[in-house]
Amino acid sequence: MNPVISVSELTKRYGEIEAVRGIDFEVATGETFGFLGPNGAGKSTTIKILCTLADPTSGTARVAGHDVVKERDTVRRNIGLVFQDTTLDSYLTGEQNLRFHADLYGVPKAAFAPRLRQVLEMVGLWDRRDSVVATYSGGMQRRLEIARGLLHAPRVLFLDEPTVGLDPQTRVSIWEYINDLKKREDITIFLTTHYMDEAENCDRIAIIDHGKIVAIDTPEALKASIGKDRVQISTADDQAAIRALAEAFGIEAAMHEGLVTFSVESGEHFVPQLFARLAVAIQSVSVSRPSLDDVFMSYTGKTIRDAEASVGDRNRRIATRFGRR
Amino acid sequence: MATKDIAAQDTLEAEERKLTEIIRVAVPERSIRADLRAVSIVWRRELIRFRTDRLRAVTSLVQPVLFLFVLGTGLSRLAGRGLPVGVDFRTFIYPGVLAMSVLFTAIFSAASIVWDREFGFLREMLVAPVRRWAIVIGKCLGGATVATFQGLIFLALAGVAHVPYDPLLLLTLVGELLLLSFTLTAFGVMMAARIKQIQAFMALTQLFVLPLFFLSGALYPLNGLPAWLTVLTRIDPLTYIVAPMRHAVFEHLSISPQALQALSPGITWFGWVVPIGLCLAIVAAMGLAMLGIAIVEFRKTE
Repeated sequence: MNPVISVSELTKRYGEIEAVRGIDFEVATGETFGFLGPNGAGKSTTIKILCTLADPTSGTARVAGHDVVKERDTVRRNIGLVFQDTTLDSYLTGEQNLRFHADLYGVPKAAFAPRLRQVLEMVGLWDRRDSVVATYSGGMQRRLEIARGLLHAPRVLFLDEPTVGLDPQTRVSIWEYINDLKKREDITIFLTTHYMDEAENCDRIAIIDHGKIVAIDTPEALKASIGKDRVQISTADDQAAIRALAEAFGIEAAMHEGLVTFSVESGEHFVPQLFARLAVAIQSVSVSRPSLDDVFMSYTGKTIRDAEASVGDRNRRIATRFGRR
Repeated sequence: MATKDIAAQDTLEAEERKLTEIIRVAVPERSIRADLRAVSIVWRRELIRFRTDRLRAVTSLVQPVLFLFVLGTGLSRLAGRGLPVGVDFRTFIYPGVLAMSVLFTAIFSAASIVWDREFGFLREMLVAPVRRWAIVIGKCLGGATVATFQGLIFLALAGVAHVPYDPLLLLTLVGELLLLSFTLTAFGVMMAARIKQIQAFMALTQLFVLPLFFLSGALYPLNGLPAWLTVLTRIDPLTYIVAPMRHAVFEHLSISPQALQALSPGITWFGWVVPIGLCLAIVAAMGLAMLGIAIVEFRKTE
């Protein structure tokens, strides 16, 4: 497959701090690719380099076939950007914001009106196009930014933490729009997130920690790579059940959260056997797949929340030294 | 019959395809036309925002009106004694206060860059595939247009200060206002390139604006001043626009040549009277220089 983004040996250094420490990856055309990692892991720095907003210290990156340093403007014409912080003019209407964008990106005048309607309908804001952006909710503003990012029909849409700062319900609806646009637009999506559940929406994800990619694959493959499902049962006699599990299946079970808990390769195939061969009466069963949380944990040795707490200081150091950009 | 059906089917399918198809937008290569289009939209945005912000237009008018009618009327009883018969003190200070009416608006429209930076919109402009000069020039032209509009409102009050509504005079004043507004906006944009916080920008503006105004000779004639004040007035860029504006106004009054000489003596450099054309050229040159610095500064950001 033809990669639309290819990155090789990319590093970025801010003074003594190495934000990105030699990463390599490729993103195929049409893919939804996610960068998953705690704040301060190097996600935003990488996306900034890919969007031509920061120069790499070393290494190369090509987006849509063009070098992000040497062919900056060509890259910019081919990408759409949605930043973490809003970049809308809240005094203008939705349509005026998009018209501004169209003129800056040189969208042909004849194509503007139909394209405007198309992108605004896609994010459900066509009816609100004449309202001033200040009257939009947070979710509507983010949707307008997504529409704007798509207006000039970019080949790659970059979404930097597209749902950060939104309430859970709005987050879900933003993802519905993103998934919908994947079906309708011929586009590659590159996004960063530190929400595990959002990373599930990606075709492939790269887990990044301390400026390095520690794992890169589909969410399913990553979860499969750490193997077992977790089964929890409650029984009439838990101690007897633990003994019976050891005898019948050779499984080592233990009590967690008041339930008999153990791990098996394939939970849903194991449960029928459990009913057939376990002598103790079972009252309830729950099977849970390994989550990306477990994946993150197994590759980095910590949960994403632990990781965020530890990089907090480092981030603050970077922030005070270089100012907010 | 069958072929007709197939044809009908085809058109139907084609229409369906049209509905679901992405509207292809081929973004063209960078060209001077694309940059001019960027200048135009950045300029238009300033106008849209000025139009929707009527409060700003009104509040910006308060200060010059206070100067002209309250200060002007109050002082005229004292200052009037030094003026030739038939010349109102308010007429004398009118050109200077007119310049003041665009002073705040022009510099504050540059402040919108600082706002844009804080609210992120500047980023939308800076990541676009256009030249930085296009954005800076668009901003300066926008600020200049908006400030000139502001000046026009004050210009409408000319009659109250006994300044005649002579078409040629009005045209001259509008042209000079435009030049002044452009230079002031360029000054503001140049500062906004460096200053990231709106509070700091406002504080610096306050620091500059009143000295600029007071040293410009807006409220007093430029001749016969103490040496230190003479030097300071000659350094103040605003002086070089107030003098031509006053000259234009007094040329259109029916007063004696002696009175004209006393009230609008022009700017002198060691006794040499600086021609009006050179005064305007100085203001234009400063505006362009600051515009150049602003462009260089903005090229450096991110």
